[in-house]
This record gives sequence, structure tokens and C-alpha cells, in this order.
Amino acid sequence: MFTINPFATLSAVIPPAVIQGYVLFMVALVAAGTLFDIIHKASAKYFFENMRRPKGRGAKPVGGGEKAAIAVQTLVVDVLASGEFCNTRRRIAHLLGMYGFVLYVAATVVMVFNPAAGAIWAQLWWLGGLMVCVGGYWFWFFIRVDVAAEGQSPLRVMRADLFVLSMLASATLGLAWAATGGGAGVLFGLYILATTVLFAGVPWSKFAHMFFKPAAAFEKRLSEADGSHENLPTLSRDDPAQQDRHSMELLKNAPMDMGLGIKREAPRHY
Amino acid sequence: MPTFVYMTRCDGCGHCVDICPSDIMHIDPTYRRAYNIEPNMCWECYSCVKACPQQAIDVRGYADFAPLGHSVRVHRDEQKGTIAWKIKFRNGTEKNFLSPITTKPWGQAIPKLAEVPAPTKEMRDGELLYNEPKWIRMDEGGLRTLKDAGLTMKQGVYY
Repeated sequence: MFTINPFATLSAVIPPAVIQGYVLFMVALVAAGTLFDIIHKASAKYFFENMRRPKGRGAKPVGGGEKAAIAVQTLVVDVLASGEFCNTRRRIAHLLGMYGFVLYVAATVVMVFNPAAGAIWAQLWWLGGLMVCVGGYWFWFFIRVDVAAEGQSPLRVMRADLFVLSMLASATLGLAWAATGGGAGVLFGLYILATTVLFAGVPWSKFAHMFFKPAAAFEKRLSEADGSHENLPTLSRDDPAQQDRHSMELLKNAPMDMGLGIKREAPRHY
Repeated sequence: MPTFVYMTRCDGCGHCVDICPSDIMHIDPTYRRAYNIEPNMCWECYSCVKACPQQAIDVRGYADFAPLGHSVRVHRDEQKGTIAWKIKFRNGTEKNFLSPITTKPWGQAIPKLAEVPAPTKEMRDGELLYNEPKWIRMDEGGLRTLKDAGLTMKQGVYY
């Protein structure tokens, strides 16, 4: 089961060109949906205007080399390691979902366009789908903030769930379809429906976060590097001059790491 | 001066929802990020601003007494035990403050109140306690507790 390309068995019922055309159509829908989202919300305009604005306030100009280093840092820490999350459980769930989705989509494309692809791609497809399910259901039932912090029912559905639910439905139904032998039955129809909703719903869902979140993380690191720091305070106890100030006398002999205060506990006090 | 959230900074962790005394910080149903549902009811306590681990919450001054161009931002650094403020005036003047918020590591200097002896007769007759023993019913069947009232306390962080 884990080594069989489910799309190869499907080609006996549906011509491979139709399946490939569907995949290309989904790619086009994501591109069009993202462009529409950017234009409709003017997010790109805001991003570039905000990038330009701190330059006036910035204490120092940031060179091209430094910008490249910041871009690498953003890629490694914020994108590849989901460094933004302060909650470890959310970070693990996000990493499972993100890498699972990448594996799931990449393996789907390879197996659709190359039916003779090795068994490893089928295994990666299964692994990706299972990772999406583990990370996604964990997030959906236990971690998402409106359940954890606002006390809403885990079964309450809202628009923000369009992305995660359609992704979960696509992965779950895809795996169920492959596990029951493939073919063009009801499960296949539901799998295609969920996948279409996932990729066609970009303008209404959180799908585009995978494009704008890295841009926002880069902008944040850039504002730290140029000294403007979005007007946030930059004084720190690390600075010996600050340690010698009269108001800091009470912390003279205190450890530099005082541990966590309110962050010791997850926000679940609704 | 109601709060607002920079949506690109917020990661939807829920700390502001948890801490807001007015219960007006909620999670947006479209983007699952925090937002202030009723700015008119915000009493500018800055709890959410300080609790936000991403520094994604800012405060917008009303234009009549805090004209555009100013900025008041805060960073509560629990690990260092400090709070830092940066205040920018419209004319470019900048003021920076750094103060302690604890002198001992969090959660390690909890007073053991149950082991503290009851006040002596001299203390009770003194002006510092005045009527307090009477109002907490020290001599009339014990202290008022949550348990007496049929309530339970939810376990939380103790500082």
C-alpha cells in the first residue's frame, strides 16, 4: 500500500492528461488567488511602504551584505524552523503541518507527472499526508487559540478554519482513498472536492500566510538591524551602563536570567 | 488610547485574550489573530501590550490630545526582570526608561503565609490593623475563604 503510486492506478479510469491538467489548474488558482489577495488587501503596497518608512527613522543604514545575511536568518529561523512561535506545541504542530504539506504536494506532483516514479515518492506522499494529519488535528482539537484561550468549542467552525480544514480534509480523504485501493469512487470525488476548496479558497483563507509571514519576519529583522526597531525600547539590563544606574540597584546581585513569569503557563484562563 | 494589533506581528498565541481585564481582546474569526473588539471600552491598562511575546500590540492615542507622530512603546522582559519604555514626542524628543519588575527569580520567593503567626494582642489593638481582624472574622468562626463560599480556585501561575 505504501509503495504504490495511487495516481498511476487512477490513470486506468481518468486519462493522465486530465489529472495533470487538474494539477496545473490548481497551481494557476493558487497564483491567481495570491495575486488577487495582494491587490485586494494592498498588502504588498503596505509592505514596501513600511520597508521604506523606517529608513528615515533608522539610526544606521543597512548594507546589501547585511540584508542578505538577514534574509538567510529569516529563511533558516523564521521559515524553515517556524521560529516565530513562542508556544512549543504550536511550533511542533506547525512544523509537522508545514513539512508534511510540502512533502504531500511535492510527491503528488512527481507521481502525477511521472507515473513510473520510484516507490520512495509514494512513501513520501504517505509520510507527508500523515504529518499533515497529526499536526493538523492536534492543532484543530487542542491548540488553536480560540479553543485554548477563548474557551470556544473545538467543533466551532469559522472562516479562519477554511485553510486548515480543507488541508486536513484533502490529506485525510487522499490517504483514505489510497488506502482503499484508489480508483474513481466517492472517496476520490470528496478528495478532489476538498483539494479544490484548499487551492481555490486562497483569497478567503489563510493560505497566503506562507507568502506574507516570511516577508513580515524579514521586515522585523531589518528594523532591528537598522536601529529603528519599530520604536520599541532598546535599553537592556545587559548594558553595564544600565546596571550601574540608581534605579537598577535592586537588581545588582540578581541573576541575569530570572526565568519566566506569566509565560510559565499557557494562556488558558478563559 | 485604545490598543490595536499589528496583524503581521501577532502569532495568535492568546496571551492578550487571557490577560485583558475588560475581556475585549479577542481572536479574529477570519485570520485567527488577536484584535481589540471594542476600543471604546479599552482603559489603556497596557496589560496586553506588556504580555504580548511578539510586541505586536501598540496603543493609538486619541488625536485631540496625542497628535500623530508620537509613540509610546514598552518591552516587558521577564527573563531579565525589567521593563523598558521608549517615548517619542512629535518634535523628535526621545525618552528611555528601564526599571526592575522583580528582584528575585519568578516563582521562587513565594511567602508561606500559612506559617506566619497570627497577630499578637498588641498588634490587634494597634492602629495599623484597626478593624481588620473584625472584618475578616478572626474571632467568629474562622476566615472567609473561597471554600466557605462554595468556590474553587483555578490553579495558576504564582509569582
